[in-house]
This record gives sequence, C-alpha cells and structure tokens, in this order.
Amino acid sequence: MTVRRPSRKQIHLAAHFPGVNSTTVWADPRSKSQIAFSSFEHLARTAERGRFDFFFLAEGLRLREHKGRIHDLDVVGRPESLTVLNALAAVTERIGLAATVNATFNEPYELARRLATLDHLSAGRAAWNVVTSSDAFTGENFRRGGYLDRADRYSRAAEFVDVARELWDSWTPDGLSRPFAHRGQHFDIAGEFTVPRSPQGHPVVIQAGDSGEGREFAARTADVIFTRHGTLEDGRAFYADVKGRLAKYGRSEDDLKIMPGVGVVLGDTAAEAEERAAEIRRQQVSPQNAVLALEQIWGTDLSSYDPDGPFPDFDPVPDSSLTQGRTRRGDTVAMAEKWRALSREKGLSIRQTVIETSGRQSFIGTPEAVAAELETFVRQDAADGFILVPHLTPGGLDEFVDRVVPLLQERGAFRTEYRGTTLRSHLGLPDPAGKG
Amino acid sequence: MTSSHGRGLHLAAAVDQRSAYDADSYVELARLAESGGLDFVTLDDTFARPGPDALAVLSRVAPATGRIGLVPTVTVTHTEPFQVQAAVATLDWVSRGRAGWRLDVSTTEGEARLFGRRHAAPADALWAEVGEVAEVAAQLWDSWEDDAEIRDTATGRFVDRDRLHHVDFQGSEFSVKGPSIVPRPPQGHPVRVVDATEGQARRTAARYADVALVRAASSAQAGSVRAELRASAEKFGRDPDTLRVLASLVVDLGDGEHAAEPGHGGGGPRQTAHGPLYRGGPVDLAELIAGWHGDRTVDGFHLTPVEPRRDLERLVNGTVALLQHRGLFRTFYPGSTLREHLGLARPANRYAVTGGAS
Ligand SMILES: Cc1cc2nc3c(=O)[nH]c(=O)nc-3n(C[C@H](O)[C@H](O)[C@H](O)COP(=O)(O)O)c2cc1C
Repeated sequence: MTVRRPSRKQIHLAAHFPGVNSTTVWADPRSKSQIAFSSFEHLARTAERGRFDFFFLAEGLRLREHKGRIHDLDVVGRPESLTVLNALAAVTERIGLAATVNATFNEPYELARRLATLDHLSAGRAAWNVVTSSDAFTGENFRRGGYLDRADRYSRAAEFVDVARELWDSWTPDGLSRPFAHRGQHFDIAGEFTVPRSPQGHPVVIQAGDSGEGREFAARTADVIFTRHGTLEDGRAFYADVKGRLAKYGRSEDDLKIMPGVGVVLGDTAAEAEERAAEIRRQQVSPQNAVLALEQIWGTDLSSYDPDGPFPDFDPVPDSSLTQGRTRRGDTVAMAEKWRALSREKGLSIRQTVIETSGRQSFIGTPEAVAAELETFVRQDAADGFILVPHLTPGGLDEFVDRVVPLLQERGAFRTEYRGTTLRSHLGLPDPAGKG
Repeated sequence: MTSSHGRGLHLAAAVDQRSAYDADSYVELARLAESGGLDFVTLDDTFARPGPDALAVLSRVAPATGRIGLVPTVTVTHTEPFQVQAAVATLDWVSRGRAGWRLDVSTTEGEARLFGRRHAAPADALWAEVGEVAEVAAQLWDSWEDDAEIRDTATGRFVDRDRLHHVDFQGSEFSVKGPSIVPRPPQGHPVRVVDATEGQARRTAARYADVALVRAASSAQAGSVRAELRASAEKFGRDPDTLRVLASLVVDLGDGEHAAEPGHGGGGPRQTAHGPLYRGGPVDLAELIAGWHGDRTVDGFHLTPVEPRRDLERLVNGTVALLQHRGLFRTFYPGSTLREHLGLARPANRYAVTGGAS
C-alpha cells in the first residue's frame, strides 16, 4: 500500500475536555454541566466534526485541598475517564479516545485489559496518557497507601508500560493466546491475558511530565507527549531536546508527536480577540483565585490581602502542605521576587500580576491569524500539533472548528478527511510489530 | 412483615457471549432485552477467562439504549474500591441512572498471580471484604451531596465544600480517605447485585444488596432462601422490602414449545454444575415464572440464555410477550432509572443535613 505523503508537515489536533483548573470559566452563562454525558458528547462530536486526532480526558484521584479544606473555586468533580470514553465510542466513529490514567495507583493486568477493551469497543481508537503524579495525599484513597518518590514513580511507570505491551503482545494477530510471565523490580505476575490483540495492536501511549526523567521516559516509550511548552521559543527548545533523545532508543523523529496544551481566543479583528482574551483571563483569575495563587507561592494564609492591592513585602515561607493535590515546584522565593518586580515596574496589583504571568500559551487573533500562527509553530518545529484546552464546556471548540479548521485545511496544513480508522493512522504512527 | 403480594414481577437477562469483543453484538442483545421491557441486563466478568471488561462493554451499550438497566460484574478482590465505585458511578452518569453493579470475588491463585499483590484467600473472607467494598462505595457515592455544585458567582465558589465529605473509611484490607472524584450519581446509589447462593455471600447480600440472586431449582427452595434473606436483612436494620430476590436460571429454549424433559414437571429446572437449568419452550417458561411469582417465593427472575441470540429472542417474543398478555409483566417502562424499574427508592444521603439548622 502506498501512503500519499502530504507535501507539508501536517498539524495534529486534539481536544481537551476542560475542567478541574481555573481555565474553565464556569460562571459564564454558556457554561453547562461538567459531568453530564451530553457535555462530553457535544465536545467529542465537535472535535470529530473538525477531524481532530483525539479527544482527551485528564484525571485527578483526590480532590485538591488548600489550607486543609477542599478547594472550592474551580470546577471540581469529573467522571471516570475510561468509562466515559467507552460511552463516547458509541456516539463517535473516528476520533481517538484518550484517557489519562495513573500508573502508580493501578495494576498492569487490569489496566492493560481495560485499555485493550476500549480499543476493541472503539475499533482501534484508544490511547492512554500515562501519568505518575502521586503523593501520600493521593495515596490515601488506595490500597497501597501513599508512596513513591519521583524516580521510583517513573521506573514503575516504565515497567508498567512494558508489562502492558507484553500483555498486548501475548496474543498473536491470528488469535492465539500465549501465557506470559513477568518478573521485574515492581511487578511479579504471570498468567494469561483475557483480551485478544486489539485493533491497533497497542493502544497509543501518551506521556505528560516535564522533568528529565519524564522526557527520557517519553523518548523511550511514548507515541505522543502532552506538554506545557507552548511558546515558539520554549517549544523549539523542548522539541529539539526530546526529539534528540529518540535516536538512542532506535526511534525516529516521526515516532513521537509533541503536542502542547494551548488555548485559542478568536475575534473578528485582532483588537476584538485581545479584548475577549483579556476578559477571559479576568474571569479565570477571579479576586479569590488571585489570592489563592498568591498563597500557593507564599505558602501561608494571605486571606487578609486585597487582590487589587500590592504584594506582601515578606518572602515566601516554605510550607509544602498548604496546597495538596497539585504539582507546584520550583523556587518560590525567586517566583515571588519576579512577581513583585513586575508589579513594581508596571504598577500592577496582585490580581493584575497573576493575570499577566500565569496564563497558558494562547493563540489570540482573527481565525486567519490563528491558523497562520498554528502552522508556523508546526513548520518551525515548536510542536507537531496542539491539544486545545477550551475555556467553556461544552461549546468551547465550536468556533475553532467552524472558523479555523477550514482555513487550516485550505492551507493544506490539516486533513480534510480521516484517511484511516484508527488513532495510529491519524497520528501517522506505524502499527507495532507483534512479537511473533 | 410485608409480603411480595401485589408487587411487580422483575425480569433480567444475561447478555454473556463466549469471546465476543465487538460492540455491536452486545448492543443488539441489550436492545432486544430492552424491547421486552426487562429490568436489566447483566454481563459477567472475571480476570480468569477470555472476555472483555464488562463495565466497559455496558458503558459502550449505554448511549445505544434508552431504558434498560445495565449491570456489569465488577470483581473487588484485586481491584481498587475507590476506582471501582468511581467507574460504577460514571456508568450511572453515562446511562442517566441505569447502572447497577454485580459484586463478585476472585478466589483462585491463578487470578492472584495476574496481580502479584496478595495470595488467594478463602471465599468467606473475601465475601466479608465485599461487604466493606459495598459499604465504602455507598459512602463515597454519598460523599458529594446532591446539591454540592453551587456555582455561586458572588463568592466565586463552584462547590459548597460543606456538602463534600471525607469518608475516612478504615477496612480490614484497605482504607479510603475520600471524597469521591465523581459527583453523586443520578440514582444516588447505583443498584448493587449479589449472588446470595451460599455462606458469607448470603450474609453480605442480606446486608448490602438491592438485588439478591438465588440459585434455586424449585419454588419452595427459592422461597426459603428468600425468607432467610429477608429475615437477615431485617436483623441488619434494613426494611426487607428494599431487597429484591431474583431466581437465577440458565435457560435453553431451543427445544420447541414444550419441555423436552417431561420428567421435570413441565420443564421445571434441574440442578447442574452451572446452576439450575431450565430446558423447554418459552410458553412453559412463562408458566414457571408465573407460578413461582404467584407463590410469592421470588420477586422475579434472572435468566441466562445458553444461546444468547436465539434464546433471548425467544424469551422476549415468547415468554415475556405471554407474561405481558396475562398482565403479569409491564409493557412499557413507567420510569427511566433502574431503581424505578425495580420499585426501589432513591437513597437519602447519609451526610445530608436534614431540616432546620446546619
Ligand atoms: C501537560 C501536562 C498535563 C498533565 N496532566 C495530568 C493529569 O491529568 N493527571 C495527573 O495526575 N497528572 C498530570 N500531569 C502530571 C504529570 O503526570 C507528572 O506527574 C508531573 O508533571 C510531575 O512529573 P515531572 O516531574 O516529570 O514533570 C500532567 C503534566 C503535564 C506536563
């Protein structure tokens, strides 16, 4: 079979179901249920109408807490990912279905089976975003309890994915099941896998995580990376770094797609788009959320501070337990100093400063300008595509699909039809060779 | 104690198929069962024999059906109670209130080796653990009060955290902090189904199940198990009328209109290694169902067809049609949730402050 090579590097697009962070503007009257199936159906169908590669669900296994109480300012609560995706397989036909599932608080046999089942029920559209985020806090919901530092988490995750692939390979393509046995540092298991080889051979593996360990893990193991490096400069550096790690695992640059999570704000004019973007940022960073952001850096109760006023004049106190269930690392003193300097220099209040510094990368402009910019990022090797994170549920992608996708298609930068039926085919990934 | 007199008849069917992994065949069977107005379909599961993940399959079936209850087996011995309850709650969300859950154990060393975490344990100990899982699941389903999502723009609060609760569950094999990550499901508590055939399983069923399955080969036998279950439920502080007892029969309707084995009293079931087997025609099966239900020894039946396509079709178009004709079984779904089909109330939330001051 000859595959017609597109003349230009094609953009890959995915849709993130928004929620459980301050991105989601839940106070907007157009914001509907974060939990009803109809919301998931709308967003997934919209993405499929736009010929997106996949629909993506994040995961959190413990509700976040701040100052010892459940965090109440952002969207809280979501359904369990694989279950929702199986249901979505009934109301979509081509789009990939990606679930974020933790490798620390699951067991390979069970999860490999659930993923293979999704791949069967969706006829080859399953993906697994392997996350490792874990702490004693999350562990309190599981048999295992809290454990595992970062190095162990990644070594477990790597062995986990290896075992899952052994299980997926334990059936031959012609339907013979072979017993397996695996004994490693983290797992000692044996038996027979109950699900035949799935339509994609292996569900697609996605990785999200940014440390050296995370990048190495992705280079060795993943088909897609979900990253936060969304600016042109950052993206190019990240891209070069990660793609540079592939050769030593015998992999080529095409084998791993890099997809940053980004926002898009459109307007009929550049000015209108900027105005809308500013308004969205004001809604995302409410006065209460501004104080929260401040407390997360300062590590102490700052509820008496006015979000429209100046910053505290003391340095952060190291207290990692103030906020739980959210990864926030780095040098907080340096971060605080950066914020104070910016606030002094531009005369910004606490809230204005948070708005100015904490947004994710967004493409803001007319549909034409956004289409051009997305293409530029991909052509300049800052990304292979994007995971779009809308700020509204469930209508947050409608405008993008109606107005930007056709322009990308006209430019020849994005598919007009799905060429294959599996997620691997959308991503241009080879079928994994079954170890015969 | 109230009897089953005047209560509706409840019917359920298994959609188990040998080694089917495609969605369409399951959708077809579930739709067939739905066309007969059955309360629910079950899909069995274990880690030990070929088959897809049952909860996944019925999630896939959910949007393709409208009314019928969906009850996958989810084993709890090697799985995580927190994940299981979240998945079952999610099945309830995606089916808009039609989820159930058949709790089961994994007793073999072979299954234990697939996980490598613990050795096989005796069934009674595992069934005691099932009770703990059922308990923590119910607490986690309650850990969000129904109206916890407030979207209060004035204070910037999406949820009222006073209506979210840590469960702080301490079991013998696991502990869970809570709250759940999934808001309280539409039915409050998805329906819990337990095979109450023997030993500790029967006690666990009496205490936690909404639907208990019993494998009886005669009406009298079913009646005595049902009486025992109801008495035991009452000892656990339950109203026995909140427990539905269904007789489980394997049915083979391939032998024409009438029982091929007259010796079995017009097609009465006989005990086999796979449970009581009814072999005969759809008309005689209707007779049997009407008879046992008329004796008030069961609240209904859970039927496992030996040939899914063939027997389910005969069950729906033969047996069920006849029962409907005789006014013994519903001809349409008056409600939309599985609890409504079963005539079970939506449970109150144990954490909700009732009335007055908070
Ligand atoms: C873009 C992105 C998305 C992530 N999404 C999730 C998520 O949905 N659930 C989760 O538990 N962790 C998530 N993580 C956390 C990572 O899995 C990882 O645990 C974390 O980044 C720490 O690992 P690192 O030190 O390698 O960055 C995400 C990370 C990134 C960069």
